Amino acid sequence: MPRLPPEPRVTAASLAADADRVVTVPIGPQHPALKEPESFMVDLRGEKIDAVRMRFGYNHRGIEKGCEQRSYTQDLYLVERVCGICSYSHSTAFVQAVEEIAGLELPPRARYIRTLIAELERIHSHLLWLGVAGHEIGFDTLLMYTWRDREQVMILLARLTGNRVNYGMNTLGGVRRDIAAEMMPLILKVVDSLEERTKTYIELALTEQTLIQRLSHVGKLSKEDALRLGTVGPTARASGVDRDARRDDPYAAYAELSFNVVIDDHCDVYGRTIVRLGELMETYSIIRQILKQMPDGPIATKAPRRIPEGEAVSRYEAPRGEDVHYVRGNGSEKPERVKVRAPTLANFSSVSKMLEDGYLADLPIVIAAIDPCFSCTDRMVSLRDGSSTRRTMTWDEVSRMGIQWHKERGLDLSTLRIPGSAGE
Amino acid sequence: MNALLNLLFILVFPGMLFLLTLGLAGEYVDRKLYARLQNRVGPPWFQPLADVFKLLGKESVIPEEADKRMFTMAPVFALATVIAAYLYIPLWNTTPIFSFQGDLVVVLYLLLIPTLTFFLGGWYSRSIFSTLGAVRSITQLFAYEIPLLIALLSPALLANTWSISGIAVYYGAHPWRWMVNLLGFCVGLVTLLGKLERVPFDAPEAETEIVAGSFTEYSGRFLAFFRLAIDSEAIVSSSLLAAVFLPFGLFLPVWLGVIVYLAKLAGILCILALMRTLFARLRMDQMINFCWRYVAPIAFLQVIIDLVVKEFV
Repeated sequence: MPRLPPEPRVTAASLAADADRVVTVPIGPQHPALKEPESFMVDLRGEKIDAVRMRFGYNHRGIEKGCEQRSYTQDLYLVERVCGICSYSHSTAFVQAVEEIAGLELPPRARYIRTLIAELERIHSHLLWLGVAGHEIGFDTLLMYTWRDREQVMILLARLTGNRVNYGMNTLGGVRRDIAAEMMPLILKVVDSLEERTKTYIELALTEQTLIQRLSHVGKLSKEDALRLGTVGPTARASGVDRDARRDDPYAAYAELSFNVVIDDHCDVYGRTIVRLGELMETYSIIRQILKQMPDGPIATKAPRRIPEGEAVSRYEAPRGEDVHYVRGNGSEKPERVKVRAPTLANFSSVSKMLEDGYLADLPIVIAAIDPCFSCTDRMVSLRDGSSTRRTMTWDEVSRMGIQWHKERGLDLSTLRIPGSAGE
Repeated sequence: MNALLNLLFILVFPGMLFLLTLGLAGEYVDRKLYARLQNRVGPPWFQPLADVFKLLGKESVIPEEADKRMFTMAPVFALATVIAAYLYIPLWNTTPIFSFQGDLVVVLYLLLIPTLTFFLGGWYSRSIFSTLGAVRSITQLFAYEIPLLIALLSPALLANTWSISGIAVYYGAHPWRWMVNLLGFCVGLVTLLGKLERVPFDAPEAETEIVAGSFTEYSGRFLAFFRLAIDSEAIVSSSLLAAVFLPFGLFLPVWLGVIVYLAKLAGILCILALMRTLFARLRMDQMINFCWRYVAPIAFLQVIIDLVVKEFV
């Protein structure tokens, strides 16, 4: 490596030229601010952001394709793994679409249980977001407190469903587990305790000066831009867009519950914080109503193995915004096509708008403020010219090709014996 | 014989070895308290020492594009100047190892050098994150250094001496007069957060933006030296604040004096840990704005108070 040329002599002219010089900072694909790999190339003029170029696709897992080669029941578990936080959102959005194609009517108790789990998931997702937001602005105490409180709802979810994150509660035509009567007081206890904590956080957000300074007037997004760029969820609602799939297109038991859609007109990260905290308070009230109104009866109807031909689009208000699933059945046990539109994809185009004229220091919190989930978002788009031959591979073929690829390069895992494993 | 004794003072007690021990203990107090305030368990008492040993045993990577000499010298200079500064500060009595008229200014100057080494180390790493961190370090320096300087000079104005031991003697002769300087003490604490690059003034090493700032490319023993330098800097600057703003208990028997000194140090470190728990990180522009709009005028107010008090006593 040759030595770099000596630094040029500093003159008034060179200083003036330096002030205009653009420095490119790579945030990602590997960076401590990002919890998942995604790339942001940031052009800086001093501390100010000049332009941001985003690149997706580091997390593509081929889930949509994988769904086409599995049965509907298997897909349910695969789709649940689209996201590690709003897993239930994807699972429910998918199952709703399939139920619509099959014309299944859900028993009332199943609808209420789905709503309960969905709202508990919203609590854990919003508390998680609050902690992440705190960390992004260097307020680690907030992270530690919110994640400690979040543990209560995680433990509750584990007790209700058997799992902390991927609950496996949904099945075609209902849910798999009933909520026992003796769990009701436990749920109420957790809700009461979290409501107290949330009130503390609301007070904190309204009074803590460094927090307000770091969040206010950061990541501005006007109502027009929010609509034009197609934002969803808390990001849109914090810009005054009155839109919530739970109220506008009720699914599960939401039509029978009363709740407010929290809207704010700050149009910045502070507004997004206020909206999420407000939504938490609404969620507690929704859960209390569910527990009061929960009807008795079966928790699932019998679903056919083969889903008839047809297609359906299902909307679901995930904690991050509206989640849309499209499913097309062809009369077999496997879907013909599954398409997932995660809320992060809808919100992402607004990020570069929010970052305009911002500071580098605000970049992490502005990205975090849409509560992004990159792995949910990444889909594959392949562009071909007309002359190339199109090849479709099945899941097994991809797997075989992978093994072959490694064998050619001298790595043969088929000779590997795992001690203690059954069979070979 | 005298030279040998001085060497012992410098290297062992109350010099280098004592300072490094205090530095690691201080880091433990800071981390443990920070953790407890955040409802965490926190590290065991030997963790800071274990970290240093671990780093010393690791490979030290020097980036190809970095200026090797500057890159490797910066951490050594940081540690050396901090230790040198410690020798001029009176701890539990009024006589430090070395003292002369004007040593207050020298100590301030020596404590400035670690920040410069952060800048040089980061700048010569030639990585984009290091460079940004380095520029932020030096920008921040201009915001906190002047209020800190003014705050530390005002007690000296009242005592009419430029030596720290002279200040200690003056306030020893006039007990309770140090209460006049409480405002300056607060300024000192706030600016110390900037000097030590801690929340809310930790933009130069904001991990969510620029990874580790100046220290991004540092690893192994070079990072260990920087870590030791920062730990010791916390102790030295706290000792300086204690000597200038809290000059009491200086004429006690040695064992009691040491306890009083450690108590003052622990108090200052606890306040620093508490502030680190309470706030979010300020942006560079907000930090500079805050320091010049609020902290600097308060420091000037302290000077005026001291001048007025000097007229009347």
